[in-house]
Amino acid sequence: MKIYLDNAMSAPILGEVREAMLAGLEEGLGNASALHDWGDAAREVIEHARGEVAGLIGADRDEVIFTGSGTESNNFAVKGLALARQSKGRHIVLSAIEHFSVLHSARTLEKWGFELSLVPVDKHGVVDPDEVRRALRKDTVLVSIMHANTEVGTIEPIEEIARITQEYGIPLHTDAVATVGTVPVDVKKLGVDALSLSANQFYGPQGVGALWVRKGLRIMPLLDGGMQEGGRRAGTENVAGIAGMGKAAELAREGMQERLSHLLPIRDRLLRGLPAAVDHVEVSGHPVQRLPGNASFLVEFIEGESMLMMLNMKGIAVSSGSSCTSRALKASHVLLAMGVPHEKAQGSLLLTAGINNSLPEADYVLETLPPIVDRLRQMSPLYDKFKKGK
Amino acid sequence: MAVYSDKVMDHFTNPRNVGEIEDADGVGEVGNPVCGDMMTFYVKVKDNRLDQVKFKTFGCGAAIAVSSMVTEMALGKTLEEVREITPEAVAMELEGLPKNKMHCSNLGAQALNKAVDDYLGKQKVQGDGEPKARKRKMDARKTEVHDSSI
Repeated sequence: MKIYLDNAMSAPILGEVREAMLAGLEEGLGNASALHDWGDAAREVIEHARGEVAGLIGADRDEVIFTGSGTESNNFAVKGLALARQSKGRHIVLSAIEHFSVLHSARTLEKWGFELSLVPVDKHGVVDPDEVRRALRKDTVLVSIMHANTEVGTIEPIEEIARITQEYGIPLHTDAVATVGTVPVDVKKLGVDALSLSANQFYGPQGVGALWVRKGLRIMPLLDGGMQEGGRRAGTENVAGIAGMGKAAELAREGMQERLSHLLPIRDRLLRGLPAAVDHVEVSGHPVQRLPGNASFLVEFIEGESMLMMLNMKGIAVSSGSSCTSRALKASHVLLAMGVPHEKAQGSLLLTAGINNSLPEADYVLETLPPIVDRLRQMSPLYDKFKKGK
Repeated sequence: MAVYSDKVMDHFTNPRNVGEIEDADGVGEVGNPVCGDMMTFYVKVKDNRLDQVKFKTFGCGAAIAVSSMVTEMALGKTLEEVREITPEAVAMELEGLPKNKMHCSNLGAQALNKAVDDYLGKQKVQGDGEPKARKRKMDARKTEVHDSSI
């Protein structure tokens, strides 16, 4: 059996999306900036997709800028919005659990003379809107708080945070890569000013993302060159990729409720099943305010990569936030910010269900995982110490 | 798991000599949970040779494979020969380790050497004089890795 439970890393592309991309490859023969018929055809593909993406998030078509990834969208938003407003001030506010593409963009701004305030989170990974309010200063020019955290599944109170930033007239960007296409997202309802999304989170292709920027809000381009994307993102467009993103957006909008009712029982079976089957396992992230496919755990006394490898041998694909699974060999900054001690963070296990998963698959995981945990604990000196300490 | 060699996968899947020795002659512990790898080695010495070597490891696939490999390399060796088991030698025996795992996960040789040191230390306390093997200790332990102080 092959079970893919790593949909948060990348959700497998749908057949209809592939078809749309193939059509995009054929129709997008010309350069969309060209004035002839071939250029027109490519432009038509792009603009149709833009409409679909805008429709998915309740935005106007010309507010959507296509990018090369969620990471690019986040870099663009954080650097581009801060730099465009630097005459007003050089202070930005983020949460401590942002994705590295937000966090490291802010670190780069720091090197360029900006100041950075990190808002803490509670043990469930929730940002307290009052903490955001306290972090604001007269020279704050940007607030960026993610809509949901992929690693622990927690959904943040963005609407409440937006009411605060609106009160102070400070732009709010949200990294909504984890939520767009998965749960209903409406930029007007959220009250944000900029929002990042990525196609491969909702069964679209990898290597395509978008940034929505509210009309009238200035942003400095990261890429200079031609006048593509309204002069805000130069470079010949990835027509096929954009076509795929458009199709994926259309399908996500149409199938949203159906997908949710498919995902929630699978997630909940995992969330309830694993702590019931194995001692010293806890759910990480918020128990209720969480992403519909996200089942994240802390498994004590063992390390995530070895769990991941043993599950892989049984045909099950998962993720972990342990030091060993990160290329940088650092434990997840998200878990540490939530106050999880290092040794517990090493036992992070992340299962993210998608529309291709089923309840029998969840049951298979719940049968397969306990013996693996047991086997690794038999090898673990930390488990020895725990037992002897008892 | 293409990042690991077949040999690493073999030792990870079927680790040799897992466990502890109740009446061990020496115990060595290295690593810490911050870097994500911890190893405890137990040795039993007979006629100046390692008669039994066992380990317990908390860590990634590489850490478990390294521990298992080290026990295989160490069994039957004299206390002098054991000093030749360096992290580099272990990595070579395993047909290579990913670059980023060379430092943090490759602690097995150090844990083993620590267990042997522990044994030699106890010998000294018992008044058996300075054993020969001790002199070579410093040369063999050039590779500085996170020491345990938990």
